[in-house]
Amino acid sequence: MITVKNLHKHFGKLEVLRGIDEHIAPGEKVVVIGPSGSGKSTFLRCLNLLETPTDGEIYIDGECITAKGTNVNKIREKMGMVFQQFNLFPHLTILDNITLAPIKVKKMQKQDAEKLAYELLERVGLVDKAANYPAQLSGGQQQRIAIARALAMNPEIMLFDEPTSALDPEMVGEVLNVMKDLATAGMTMVVVTHEMGFAREVASRVLFMDQGVIMEQGTPAELFGNPQNERTKSFLSKVL
Amino acid sequence: MGGLSAWFSSAYEWINHGLYSTFITDGRWVWFVSGLKNTLLISLFSVLLGLVLGLIAALFRLSKVKVLNAVGGTYVDIIRGTPTMVQLLIIYYIIFASVPIPKMIVGIIAFGINSGAYIAEIVRGGILSVNKGQTEAGRSLGLSGRQTMSFIVLPQALKNILPALANEFIVLIKETAVIGMVDNIDLVGAAKKVQSRTYDYFWPLISIAVIYYVVIKFLSVLLSRFEAHLRKSDIR
Repeated sequence: MITVKNLHKHFGKLEVLRGIDEHIAPGEKVVVIGPSGSGKSTFLRCLNLLETPTDGEIYIDGECITAKGTNVNKIREKMGMVFQQFNLFPHLTILDNITLAPIKVKKMQKQDAEKLAYELLERVGLVDKAANYPAQLSGGQQQRIAIARALAMNPEIMLFDEPTSALDPEMVGEVLNVMKDLATAGMTMVVVTHEMGFAREVASRVLFMDQGVIMEQGTPAELFGNPQNERTKSFLSKVL
Repeated sequence: MGGLSAWFSSAYEWINHGLYSTFITDGRWVWFVSGLKNTLLISLFSVLLGLVLGLIAALFRLSKVKVLNAVGGTYVDIIRGTPTMVQLLIIYYIIFASVPIPKMIVGIIAFGINSGAYIAEIVRGGILSVNKGQTEAGRSLGLSGRQTMSFIVLPQALKNILPALANEFIVLIKETAVIGMVDNIDLVGAAKKVQSRTYDYFWPLISIAVIYYVVIKFLSVLLSRFEAHLRKSDIR
């Protein structure tokens, strides 16, 4: 579903990604862990071209999205993204936040989009907030809305960029629960997170990134139980 | 004692006569009313035209297309680098010299083009002040750059710059006084008409100074209340 070949990303002289090769199959839940500055967020943002790779190729469903002339908007419709800072649209109600893209991009009828929005709100447990504005919601609620908003485009893949890092501790659980439900429903997910518990429980595969490369990967049992790489061991000893 | 009271009574006489001949004789107050109305209309429509031009210029300046960038930049640069009065004279006496359209429209066009350059900078600042994450969220949902700009970034930017736009309107009320150089339609025009009848500059000029001051003071107070209201609604 996602194939990454020799992905490089430089910011000026800074090499953030230094050659990543990876294949993610449909239905996989890949959790990316690693110290800050390891390039894991940049890797994720390259997947939907929020960052333009300096070098290398990315294929989504067999289509090379890094080739010139790719319809980037079309590619992004297939991939939902959830951000650390939620990035809900503050000038729109929750309902409009969710229906904006389906109406404008998929040309869905307003009525149908709203019906879909209510189904999604039901799913994340926030139906009663439809008429509210983002600023009236807690961080955890905002992030659940952000997930619902991404799901409204019916994506094949969901990308999560540290979705719980900006949350108060007591709100982390509600967001992770929504993500777990999504995983159970069979969504293909790539999650950058510091929540090792989530990685252990939900991931089908864990990637450990450091210094712009994937240092080690494996099932949660392998990676957490019996890490091989020295860097993995030292990182895990600090966070577990 | 007698000297003082005589002084007061002659001062009273002077003021009374001055105001009478400025406002009452021949119903001249109507000139001030219509002058004020024209001043306000020219300012209002100039700001609206300026907003349209400023929006376009700001988007040009933020565009990645070099030609558009240069066009937007040049417009802002030229307008800000030349005196308003010279711009007005050029538009009045050169561009619209032989075109029979109402003077007021010419004024609106002149001041609209002028204020567009300043509003362009306000709008540009407003757009840049919207968090980058908003654009990323829009684009990640599959919205095009243009859709993201019009449905997500601009509405937030415009809300942020509303006070600055209202302020630009207030500034224009003062700026448009230079229209009095070429025509008699605004408040300055009313003063000039009175002066041409009474041969006295003092009362008509002092009068319009007071009118300008009161109107601007009133609008400034409204604006600061409006800003306070906006701030409150931000906090919720």
